[in-house]
Amino acid sequence: MADFETPELKEYSVIPALERDTMKGTQPFIAKPDHQASLGFPGELVDNWKDVALDKMGDLLSRYRSFQVYLDSCVKCGACTDKCHYFLGTSDPKNMPVARQDLLRSVYRRYFTFAGKWFPKLVGARDMDKEVLDEWYSYFHQCSQCRRCSVFCPYGIDTAEISMAAREIMDAVGVGQKYCNEIIGKVFKVGNNLGLPEKALKDTLLDLEEEILDDTGVPVKLPLDVKGADILLVTPSADFFAEPHIDGLIGYAKVFHEAGVSWTLSSHASEAGNFGMFIGSYENMQNIAVRIREAALDLGVKRLVHGECGHAWRVAYSFWNTLAGPFDFLDQNYPIPQHICEFTWDLIQQDKLKFDKSENDHMTLTFHDSCNVARATRMGDKPGGQFDIPRNVIKAVCNNYVDMEESTIKEATFCCGGGGGLLTDDLMEVRVKGALPRMEALNDVVEEHGVTNMAAICAICKSQFTKVLPYYKMPMDMIVSVHQLVSEAIILTGADDGSDEQETSSESED
Amino acid sequence: MPIEVNGVSIATDEEGYLEDLSAWNEDVAKVLADTEGLDMSNDHWEIVNFLREYYEEYQIAPAVRVLTKAVGKKLGKEKGTSKYLYELFPYGPAKQACKIAGLPKPTGCV
Repeated sequence: MADFETPELKEYSVIPALERDTMKGTQPFIAKPDHQASLGFPGELVDNWKDVALDKMGDLLSRYRSFQVYLDSCVKCGACTDKCHYFLGTSDPKNMPVARQDLLRSVYRRYFTFAGKWFPKLVGARDMDKEVLDEWYSYFHQCSQCRRCSVFCPYGIDTAEISMAAREIMDAVGVGQKYCNEIIGKVFKVGNNLGLPEKALKDTLLDLEEEILDDTGVPVKLPLDVKGADILLVTPSADFFAEPHIDGLIGYAKVFHEAGVSWTLSSHASEAGNFGMFIGSYENMQNIAVRIREAALDLGVKRLVHGECGHAWRVAYSFWNTLAGPFDFLDQNYPIPQHICEFTWDLIQQDKLKFDKSENDHMTLTFHDSCNVARATRMGDKPGGQFDIPRNVIKAVCNNYVDMEESTIKEATFCCGGGGGLLTDDLMEVRVKGALPRMEALNDVVEEHGVTNMAAICAICKSQFTKVLPYYKMPMDMIVSVHQLVSEAIILTGADDGSDEQETSSESED
Repeated sequence: MPIEVNGVSIATDEEGYLEDLSAWNEDVAKVLADTEGLDMSNDHWEIVNFLREYYEEYQIAPAVRVLTKAVGKKLGKEKGTSKYLYELFPYGPAKQACKIAGLPKPTGCV
């Protein structure tokens, strides 16, 4: 595996003793000039980078009032210090949210506040120099922008927004992150994060149709680029590629089939994800979001439904209207946008779907709340719908369900450890250590309640857990898609009697 | 970091993927497998060759599901599982097998 030690799982979460600088210098690969170019950023560190960085900071301060409020209002109360999964997993004090903020706040004070300009030492203000920039690059890529700390901050300071700003400033001076920026370039060139061309997408969908037909005897379709369809489904491209994501995609298709609605995927908007948010770039976020609007208009759909993707749902739910709106051309009788869990739950409530829950009896489930869904959006029309609706869907299709410890779920959920643009092999140590609090909570319900599987509604979470579970001696296929569970239990009209249904690849723990 | 194959230096990126996909040949694959700590058996070659064929047609590696299905059809049902592929390529069939096959790394939330 890798040259670091996987933290030990303890019976309950312990706040670690500080180990200064243990993650110093840990950082992702730097973007190459051609990755930078397609996003409109300089290819490498520009000569007058310090001026450019300060200009950019000034620009962001003038654009986002929140950014300045967050920088000004911290009183160092310490409420956030033990709330970050990266701090809990690495023991590095710079991974405490307040310390992470201070990496940027100290520079802000030096150049943008009266006290910092005249008495820098008294107010902890620092000059912007290369050492500071390097420190930013390292520690702002040890933040998954999950916003757990902001829940506990009495002022609501959002470290994610500060981390996004830092990344935007670094991009502006020519020091971008390879993982995010290469991916955004692929969206502009090919249409999705994966770089999946239309022909491959089309044939993958045909392959899946064949698989469903073989399994069930029912011709469930996964239509692509169908003009005049009612619903456009946008989903992370990982749903076309990775496991267990693809089983979730099969689940959406079965739900649409049973609902009898006309739907389509789009090759132009074959990506719901929006890494523009991770790098704090409004312009790139907008360019990605607009593709979905264009596809919706081009295909003439009436509704937009979102597949299982955490940050995409945040962008859609919270930012779409200003980024790519107004969506006045869609049917206003339905939520805009609508989450696939809302769609499925609505049908369940209307008694329009039939399930054989015993199909999932070999599993005992728990649910991992994905940070962007939990803390930045809602589902349904009641507060907390983003917590209840996915759980309601799971309970409607599974007999065995147990929640993890209360302080690790819902609005206090722990990040999977791979969100916010950190889901890359060059950050494996950060990812494995950052997963510790979630792994502890999971291990707890495994041992106490015989939980065999954890469901999620985010492509990043699913891929991250697939990778890190084995580090903690748990099977990689413990992680499942919510609509994979739906797919297993749903009774399709006209299906083969006692069909030779496929077992999910879960391994029983007990 | 370049790799050395039969006295020729071949460029790879920081993660060990070939910079120039056309520089690939079977000897290169063996050296790449070696850096991954893998010994290329017939079973490994079957997967690597399938990936290269698929890439040639689609310009991307196949989805894991497409790969397992194709392998199952071609080599027998017991081999058409992701478990079998992970036994061959412990770091994941998509990324590790792609590297050895000289293909670019799949990106995104995978």
